[in-house]
Amino acid sequence: MKKMKLKELESCLQQVDVFEEPKLLLEQYPTRPHIAACMLYTIHNTFDDIENKLVADLGCGCGVLSVGAAVLGAGLCVGFDIDKDALEIFSSNAEQFELPNIDMIQFDVCLLQSDRFSKRFDTVIMNPPFGTKRNKGMDMQFLTTALNMATGAVYSLHKTSTREHIQKKADDWKVKMEVIAELRYDLPASYKFHKKKLVDIEVDFIRFMK
Amino acid sequence: MKLLTHNMLTSHVKGVTCGYPLLIQATEVKLNDVDFNAEFVARMIPKMEWSALVGAADSLGHLNDLPKDLVSDYENNEDFLRKVHHILLEVEVLEGTLKCPESGEFPVSKGVPNMLLNEDRVLRHPKTWIGLGCVSVCVVM
Repeated sequence: MKKMKLKELESCLQQVDVFEEPKLLLEQYPTRPHIAACMLYTIHNTFDDIENKLVADLGCGCGVLSVGAAVLGAGLCVGFDIDKDALEIFSSNAEQFELPNIDMIQFDVCLLQSDRFSKRFDTVIMNPPFGTKRNKGMDMQFLTTALNMATGAVYSLHKTSTREHIQKKADDWKVKMEVIAELRYDLPASYKFHKKKLVDIEVDFIRFMK
Repeated sequence: MKLLTHNMLTSHVKGVTCGYPLLIQATEVKLNDVDFNAEFVARMIPKMEWSALVGAADSLGHLNDLPKDLVSDYENNEDFLRKVHHILLEVEVLEGTLKCPESGEFPVSKGVPNMLLNEDRVLRHPKTWIGLGCVSVCVVM
């Protein structure tokens, strides 16, 4: 059992290389080392859902969550992402960290409804696109796919403003939903349509279990 | 691409009724050293399509002396589990192609299989640089 402290995990994840040119329309941004560390630490220590488990990271990007899961002793962590550039950076990260328990697939998560992926993974972790104006509904698409793939829990980040909507869906699907933590992303105004100087996004870290 | 991962890949081409398993044509294969965990391997076995796994390992010349049929009581057979561990996690296809039995090919490049369909292989959206910085506060309840 790897007894890594939260601070150690966070320091470790600070070494993960991130997007060189984030693609706006894919809602690409790196999961901050602090958030990733908190998430993974909880998933590992409170729920024991990483060590020796088959883990999927949907929308893995440069692989911060996957690297963390591998470091915490996942049996194998498989990252899924649509973007080749992101996967190249992820690949280089896996090599730099010398992590043999990582694999990755270039895939459109929206197509992952094949039976072959169904109920294959012990755990799914993800920081999915939130589904902004041009990408509407993407967060729920990721969640549906994740729930299909997992035999165990799904851990995900979603905008707090969508909590009620997600709760209703979870009830419909007879899935248990637990908000483990509330986080806040402070984004400096970077889009032309942002009128405020600072954009504050409240985010829920949620655990889903069938 | 490890064979554990390959075991889950199938063709999504429209009209294809049996896009599985994908036949591997590898031009570069690498062997890794991965720590063995008997419990993990034993749990993975029932999740696998066994004949597809054996077929894939065989096609790469890495089946060694693993039996083609599942051994009964494999959970307690360390020798068997070690052989399965080897093909699941230690054999990696770096370069090659995955061929659908009915139609279509998916390239494997730098160890990553590209499962996007032809029309999706070009990124849907143009690259747009954004400067994005995140400062976050994590409150654990």
